[in-house]
Amino acid sequence: MTTILPLIVVLPLIGAALDLLLVRSRLAQRVVTVSTVLAVCVLAVVLLIDVESHGTVAVQIGGWQAPMGITLVADLMAAMFLTVSLLTVVFVLVFAIGQGADERSIFHPCYLVLIAGVAGSFLAGDLFNLFVCFEIMLIASYVLITLGATKAQVRAGMTYVVINLTASTLFVTGVAFIYAATGTLNFADLAERFPGLPDHVRLAMGLVFLAVFGVKAAVFPLFGWLPDSYPTAPTSVTAVFSGLLTKVGVYAIIRSQTIFDVPELSGFVLVVAGLTMVVGVVGAIAQADVKRILSFHIISQIGYMVMGLGLYSLAGLAATVLYVVHHIPVKTVLFLVSGLVEQVGGSSALQRLGGLLHRTPVIAILFLPPALSLAGIPPFSGFVAKLALVEAGLGAEKWVIVAVSLVVSLLTLVSMTKIWSGVFWGDVEVDNAALAAEAVPAADADSGAPRRSPALMIGATAGAVALTLAIAVAAGPLYDMSSRAATDLLDTSTYIDAVTGGGS
Amino acid sequence: MSYALAVTAAVLFCCGTYLLLQRTLTRVILGVVLLGHGTVLLLQVSGGRAGEPPIVGSGVDGADFVDPLPQALALTAIVITFAITAFLLALAYRSWTLTHDDRVQDDLEDHLVDRYARVELDRAAQAAAREREDLTEFGPGDYVGPDDGPPDEADT
Repeated sequence: MTTILPLIVVLPLIGAALDLLLVRSRLAQRVVTVSTVLAVCVLAVVLLIDVESHGTVAVQIGGWQAPMGITLVADLMAAMFLTVSLLTVVFVLVFAIGQGADERSIFHPCYLVLIAGVAGSFLAGDLFNLFVCFEIMLIASYVLITLGATKAQVRAGMTYVVINLTASTLFVTGVAFIYAATGTLNFADLAERFPGLPDHVRLAMGLVFLAVFGVKAAVFPLFGWLPDSYPTAPTSVTAVFSGLLTKVGVYAIIRSQTIFDVPELSGFVLVVAGLTMVVGVVGAIAQADVKRILSFHIISQIGYMVMGLGLYSLAGLAATVLYVVHHIPVKTVLFLVSGLVEQVGGSSALQRLGGLLHRTPVIAILFLPPALSLAGIPPFSGFVAKLALVEAGLGAEKWVIVAVSLVVSLLTLVSMTKIWSGVFWGDVEVDNAALAAEAVPAADADSGAPRRSPALMIGATAGAVALTLAIAVAAGPLYDMSSRAATDLLDTSTYIDAVTGGGS
Repeated sequence: MSYALAVTAAVLFCCGTYLLLQRTLTRVILGVVLLGHGTVLLLQVSGGRAGEPPIVGSGVDGADFVDPLPQALALTAIVITFAITAFLLALAYRSWTLTHDDRVQDDLEDHLVDRYARVELDRAAQAAAREREDLTEFGPGDYVGPDDGPPDEADT
């Protein structure tokens, strides 16, 4: 088991290096990338099964004992997030190949480096390695978001890079503060030393890292960069970003706040969560472009995850973990569907679309389950996650935030209806004429690709939809698992034991 | 801890933040560089007092060693900042070749939403104005409100 942990991070990096050597053959690159991602995916599932039955796993890289060396740790939450992320990534990769997003040879190496960064962030056992893995992930994302180097992408990419870089700088500043205050950066060590610190120091650390990870996770009021930059990238890139990057931020918020143990921030975090939900969904309703609507929804949904954390209770944390697990595939699928819409309709602006229900009913069928799931309609995974959150909120007697979350899910449904009526309903005849007139400006980044949806894209999207449905079906066991993950998070002793005791 | 270093870090942070908030890309990049330097300095300060080089077997007592960890962290941070600065410069150059303007461009979609909101506001204002016109057209021109009373009486 101890070899799996480093392999999950190292394999994608090796794959990326191979891809760089194979720039001349796109086929070879595809083979390498797909097989690497599949291998990592299998490893993650094995890891999840092991962690689920035997508890937290820790590996000391190079044999240096815990606080000195680099530690990789997989507790239940990290293993769950890792597995869901990697499963989702497989479908996005197939979609990207179908879409021809890998036209530029740098796509495959960057994609694998991104995966290595995400996996590393989930598994990092100390603050500085979390920073390094964040940077690995972000540097790959900088390249991917500006892949086409068009005017819009460069403009949006600049904002994205500068804001993330500022947050990273603040991250290192926080690391310096923590080191000055405690003399260690290892999570297990920090969990032991933090209770001994004065209250104001703990509070300050909690706030600094809430701000740092708040930028990465796009919580209110630090979300401005997200709806600006995400829609400009190719769809398959936006899909993987929307599923993974902000969720790594949420993961870091959960990890840092449970280790710093600052329940005093509860009220503040709840206010932030409520504002994030409301502002995100109101922004979504104001937009008139599918990709921008979906981008604003990411923000609104982040609010729900932060809400569960803000409750500072076992049920709240369990709901947050479940919410993240549900959200990663659902959000990704929605972006994949928006990619299909763009491919068939030639645009993602609601004005230029319409009548897709008649032209390609498959896309409409693929859109419906994740859209309803996002709004929290009963048979889908979103309902279970939201129910868990609301129950946790009621249990903690935080009535206002529960009311806000319910209203926001109603508004989410409203904006999903907006996409539905704008894209899938409407008059086909009129729209085709309009489309013909708009054909030249509408053909954007994917102009070289064929107009009809290739089977591979539909297949990948269908597979991802199946994944979201599977999560809905397995919601019961998943909630139990989330509860156990939350128990481990609140009671840090298992984490500390795994890191300091079981070193190999 | 050295106060000189801490103050220098603070000054670097101030200048970096100021430059970061400018609209010109080159200044933004310079701001990023300064912020990075400030952070690295802060990392050094967080390591505590100065001391002997931490080489085991050099005959120096372990208690006199300087803390090597912050220096390792600083090196990593420097490398990362360096790489991203290079990327930013490339991006700024690309931006220059595309637009021939060093300033950060406005977002098109923001403009669209803004214009849409303005149009709606205008429409609402026009509707309100029309309503007012309708009212004045409808009401008699010589109508006197109850509160201003007959003019000649008020004058006397």
